[in-house]
Amino acid sequence: MSTVTLVAKAKPQLFLEMESVTPDAFAGKKASDIAELPVYEGNTTLRLADFFEVRGDGGTTAADTKIVIKGDATRLKYVGMRMTAGEIEVEGSIDQYVGAWMEGGRIHVHGNTDAFTGVGMKGGEILIDGNAGNYLGAAYRGDWRGMQGGRIHVKGNAGSDIGYYMNGGTIVVEGDVDVHVGSHMDGGRIVIKGNAKSKVGGQMVTGEIFILGTLEVMMPGFIYRKDVDIEVEGVNGKFALFEGDTAERHPKKKGQTVYGRLYLKV
Amino acid sequence: MTKTVTDVICPFCGTLCDDIEVVLSDDGKKILEVVNACAIGAQKFHHAMAEDRPKKPRMKQPDGTYKEVSYDEAVEYTAQMLANAKKPLLYGWSSTSCEADSIGNEITELCGGCVDNTAAVCHGTTLIALQDVGVPSCTLGEVRNRADRIIYWGCNPAHAHPRHMSRYSIFPRGFFTGKGSQSRKVIVVDPRVTDTAKLADYHYQVEQGRDYELLQAFRTALKGEWLPDTVAGIPKEKIYEGAEVMKSGRFGIIFFGMGVTQSLSKNHNIDAAICLTKELNTYTKFTIMPMRGHYNVTGHGEVLGWQYGFPYSVDISRGYARYNPGDTSTIDLLLRGEVDAFFSIATDPGAHFPIDAVRRISELPSVAVDPFITPTTEVSKLHVPVAFVGIEVGGNAYRMDNVPIDCRKVIDPPEGVLTDEQFLERVLKRIRELKGVK
Repeated sequence: MSTVTLVAKAKPQLFLEMESVTPDAFAGKKASDIAELPVYEGNTTLRLADFFEVRGDGGTTAADTKIVIKGDATRLKYVGMRMTAGEIEVEGSIDQYVGAWMEGGRIHVHGNTDAFTGVGMKGGEILIDGNAGNYLGAAYRGDWRGMQGGRIHVKGNAGSDIGYYMNGGTIVVEGDVDVHVGSHMDGGRIVIKGNAKSKVGGQMVTGEIFILGTLEVMMPGFIYRKDVDIEVEGVNGKFALFEGDTAERHPKKKGQTVYGRLYLKV
Repeated sequence: MTKTVTDVICPFCGTLCDDIEVVLSDDGKKILEVVNACAIGAQKFHHAMAEDRPKKPRMKQPDGTYKEVSYDEAVEYTAQMLANAKKPLLYGWSSTSCEADSIGNEITELCGGCVDNTAAVCHGTTLIALQDVGVPSCTLGEVRNRADRIIYWGCNPAHAHPRHMSRYSIFPRGFFTGKGSQSRKVIVVDPRVTDTAKLADYHYQVEQGRDYELLQAFRTALKGEWLPDTVAGIPKEKIYEGAEVMKSGRFGIIFFGMGVTQSLSKNHNIDAAICLTKELNTYTKFTIMPMRGHYNVTGHGEVLGWQYGFPYSVDISRGYARYNPGDTSTIDLLLRGEVDAFFSIATDPGAHFPIDAVRRISELPSVAVDPFITPTTEVSKLHVPVAFVGIEVGGNAYRMDNVPIDCRKVIDPPEGVLTDEQFLERVLKRIRELKGVK
C-alpha cells in the first residue's frame, strides 16, 4: 500500500473544504499532481500545496492508497467524502463531514470529529479514538436515508441526533451520548456502552438500540416485553427488551408486526 | 383637516393585520393616530416619527465614535466589503420586502456568500421538520371560518401575536363557526400559566423540554396503545382525553411557537407535531401552522425557496446552493469563525444572538442596515439608516400562512433617506463593477 502524507504547513483563515482528499482522488497520482488538487476556502479555489506539504505518491488503485494527515486538521471539512476504498488516518482532531456518504475503506481519527461524521454512509469503517459530534451516521438534511451500511466506532462520547434516519450498518459509542438516538431509525444497530439521556428511539420503526449504561427518560411509546440473555459487542449480560415506538407505523412480517427493539442492560 | 389612510398592513408580526387605519396630519407628514392595531403594532407606526432617528449613514471611527458619511461612501464600503470577502454572510431580511430580499440574494450569489434569515434562531427547525415529513397546513381564513379545535403549543399569542386570537382563532364568528369562542375548544400546552393558557379549556402544563415525549404520547393515545402512568408530567388519562378532544372536532389546528422550535428536541418536536396532525386526519380535518415572528420572515423563506430551493441558511459560496443548518446557519458560521464579513439588514442580531456571536460580529468588517439605532448597529462598523418598509415605502410580504400581501406606504421617509431596495440596488451595481460583471 502506498502512503501519501499531508503535513499541515499553513492554517487557513476560514475553513477548507477538502472533498478532493480521498484515496479515490489520490490513486494513480504522483505527489506533485496531488499537490495541485483543489481545496476551497469560501468562494476561493486554492491548491492542496498552499496548505500542506505532500509526501509520497498515490497507489495504483484507491484500495492501494493510504492518506495520513499530520498537524492541525480542525479546520478541514469533507475529508474522505464518498471514498470507496483505501485508508485515511488523521493524527489529530478533524472538523465536519468526515467520511460523509463513504462507501468503503477505512478512516481512523486519533482525536475528535465534529458534526455530520459518516452522514449517509453506505459502507466501510470509521474509527474515532476521541469524541464524535452531533449527527453521527445520520441523514443529510431532508434525506430519509441515514447511515445504510458499514461501521462507526467511537471510543469517547457522541453528541445528539446520532443515527438519525439510520437504516443499516452499526454505530458503537463506548462513552455517553446526548439526546435523540436513532430517531426515525428503520434498520441497523446502535450500541451505547455508556449512558443515554432521553428521546432514544423516538419515531423508530425497526432496528436495534442497546444501552449498556443508564437511560434517563424512556420514550412513552416503548413497551416492556421480556428479559433476554445476549452478547453485544463483547459484553454478555441480561437485557430488558422494549419494543416501539408504538406511535409510529410498523411493517408486518409473516403476519407479525415488526417493532424497533430497545435493549436496556439490567 | 386630518386624513385617514385605511386598509394599512401592520409591519410587526407574522399575523400581518390588514385592517389598520392611520390618521395623518393636515400636511400628510405626521402620524397622529393608529386605529385597530395592537399596542406593539401601533408603537411601530409611532416609532417612525421618532425625532432622534438617524438620517445619514454612520461610520465607526477608531476611537469608537460614529461619524456621519454620505450614502455614496456607505455604498462603496459595503460593496468593497462584500466583493472582497471569501465568505460573507448576509443575515436578516425578515422585516423588509420580498423585492429587497431578492436583490440581497443576487448580491450573495454574485459575491459567493451565505444568506440567512431570522428563521435560523426562530422557526428554522420548523422548516427542517417540514422538509423531513411534509406539512398539512391551511390559511388563517380557513381557521377563522372552520376551526373548532384550537391548539396553541409552546406559544403565547396574547403577548407575541396580540390580535391572532381575536382575528383568526378563538374568538371570531366565521362562516361555519357562528358561535365564536363558544363553538371552539382551546388546548394550550405550555410549562407556564401564560395569559393564553388562562383562556384555554385544557391547559397541559408540560415539563420543560419534554414536548417531544408528550407529542409522541398523543400519537400513541390516538392509536389506542398503552401509555405509562405519566408522560412529561401529565397523567395518561389527560392525554387520552386530549386525544379524544382533538378527534371529535370538525376542523382542528395546531399553532406552535418558539417554546417547541427552540427548546430541547427542536426540529423533532415539530416533526412529531406534524405527524400528529397527519394522523388526526384519519378521524377529522386537522392542520398545523407555525406562529411566525417577523412580519416577512415567511417572505424571505419563499423568495429563497423559489430562487435556490431552500428556505433559510443557504450557502452559495461555491456557486451553487447548499443547505445544512448546523453548518450553514448563521450562529454556527459566526461561532465557528467560518465567515469573514457580516451584513445585517432588517433584524437585530445584536439583541438576539449569543454574546460570543455578537462579539464575533464586532470583530468582523460589518454593515448594519436598519432605520433605527439598535444593538446591532452599535457593534457594526457601518450603520446605514433606511426608510421603514410598510410605513414609508410599500413592498410585498408573506403572512404566517404563506399568503402574500402588499404593504402600503403611509407617509414619506425623511428627506434624503434611501429605501432598502434603493440602497441594495446601488450596492449590487457597484459590486458588478468591481467584479467586472455586466
